Amino acid sequence: MVDLILHLGVTFLLTIRDVIPIAVVIFGFQYLVIRKPLSNLRGIAMGFFFVVLGLTFFLVGLELALFPMGEIMATQLTDPAFLYGEADVPDVVRWQDYGWVYVFAASIGFATTIAEPSLIAVAIKANQVSGGGIGVWGLRISVAIGVAFGVALGTYRIVTGTPLHWYIIVGYLIVIVQTLRSDRMIIPLAYDSGGVTTSTVTVPLVAALGLGLASTIPGRSPLLDGFGLIAFASLCPIIAVMSYAQITAWRQRLAREKRSTE
Amino acid sequence: MQSNVVRFLMLIVGSVRDLAPIIVVVGFFQLVVLQQPIPNFSEILIGVVLVLLGLTLFIQGLELALFPIGEAMAVALAKKGSLFWLLTFAFALGFGTTAAEPALIAVAAEAAKVAASAGVVADNPEAQNTYAFYLRATVAVSVGIALVAGVFRILKGWPVHYLIIGGYVMVVAMTFLAPAEIIGIAYDSGGVTTSTITVPLVTALGVGLAQSIRGRNPMTDGFGLIAFASLTPMIFVMGFGMVWNLVA
Repeated sequence: MVDLILHLGVTFLLTIRDVIPIAVVIFGFQYLVIRKPLSNLRGIAMGFFFVVLGLTFFLVGLELALFPMGEIMATQLTDPAFLYGEADVPDVVRWQDYGWVYVFAASIGFATTIAEPSLIAVAIKANQVSGGGIGVWGLRISVAIGVAFGVALGTYRIVTGTPLHWYIIVGYLIVIVQTLRSDRMIIPLAYDSGGVTTSTVTVPLVAALGLGLASTIPGRSPLLDGFGLIAFASLCPIIAVMSYAQITAWRQRLAREKRSTE
Repeated sequence: MQSNVVRFLMLIVGSVRDLAPIIVVVGFFQLVVLQQPIPNFSEILIGVVLVLLGLTLFIQGLELALFPIGEAMAVALAKKGSLFWLLTFAFALGFGTTAAEPALIAVAAEAAKVAASAGVVADNPEAQNTYAFYLRATVAVSVGIALVAGVFRILKGWPVHYLIIGGYVMVVAMTFLAPAEIIGIAYDSGGVTTSTITVPLVTALGVGLAQSIRGRNPMTDGFGLIAFASLTPMIFVMGFGMVWNLVA
């Protein structure tokens, strides 16, 4: 119990340290450049306190409940002893042997993205701005599907040892083609959703998975091959969100055509 | 008072829904695939309760502080009508929030190890610290520049995709020029720059700006700042790798 309180206290101070540069910039500009008092200063101060306290609880909770087990899981799933059982570990790995790793990568990518606070924030804002046209859950689920696919593809890349940049270049090409065919309203939001997926919850687990894979597969170096999963997790949601918008538009058109023929 | 309690309970229920997928995934893999018991059950239970409370408080704070302050700053700076101060604010916000970002500090330290193993940095802690410091500074500057470019785009009403696609072309071109050991880090650095506190602030800033300038649409013009902040670090980090190798 004492440990827990101590841990909470330290994390609280660390979170405050992270907030200080932001607070300095905002209040510095507010009082030196804008020179007008903030309206509802009490509400804002309370909100900031909620944010810091909330992030503290969130981080300590994750460190207690999720990170240790998730990291052990990532190591165990990538352990040759689990993958091959009694059989000998082959010198050249076959990508088919890593089935559970891909399933784990996809499901943990999906699940952590649903809980990612910054994605919740962007989804709330997009819902407000679009006047309800963009559903909070529709956006969050499509981003999560994108991250799931991205992390699974990223683990496949580490297993096969294929060069990262070819995947990224093909991903960019898909994004460009989709951009040309998408509704202009969705494009900026889709691009933004690539950047918000990878923060507090997703990065530690995904990094552990990449590092675990790269250090157990013969011929991979954790330093050189362990990177890249985050890049996949930031690229694929862009594609997923634009696909979501295209599918929605297509279904609306279908429904309209159906109505007009009746 | 009572309605506040009810509201808070509703939010907690929402947080339970947000966390359910993680609990299902972790439980399934631990019990069914790996066939192991759940260790330290009571500790995990405390952790889950803390995460629930934390997420709920954060979302409350989001609506109370981060969104309104981002929008208020945007409106006030737009009203002031000084391009210089608006862009200075954008740079300071991007640079200030990134320089101290814990995820970036971790990635920079990791990158210094990679550079040392590739032989471009001397294999001692001091040289590695220098490398990590310059790398962090590079990323922080790149995010500052990203927000300046992004805010300028909102003012001008340029479509976001021309700039982003132009950025992609640069990323691809530099991939073939930059030293191999920096590429993985450069690609990842785009994802780590945007923290949980920065994202809502920056999003509200963009939307607020687009709302307070006539002729701008908050949907097409307001979003996109985060995308800039995730793209420029890739370009700058690869550039950093090239320059470092030239100088060293």
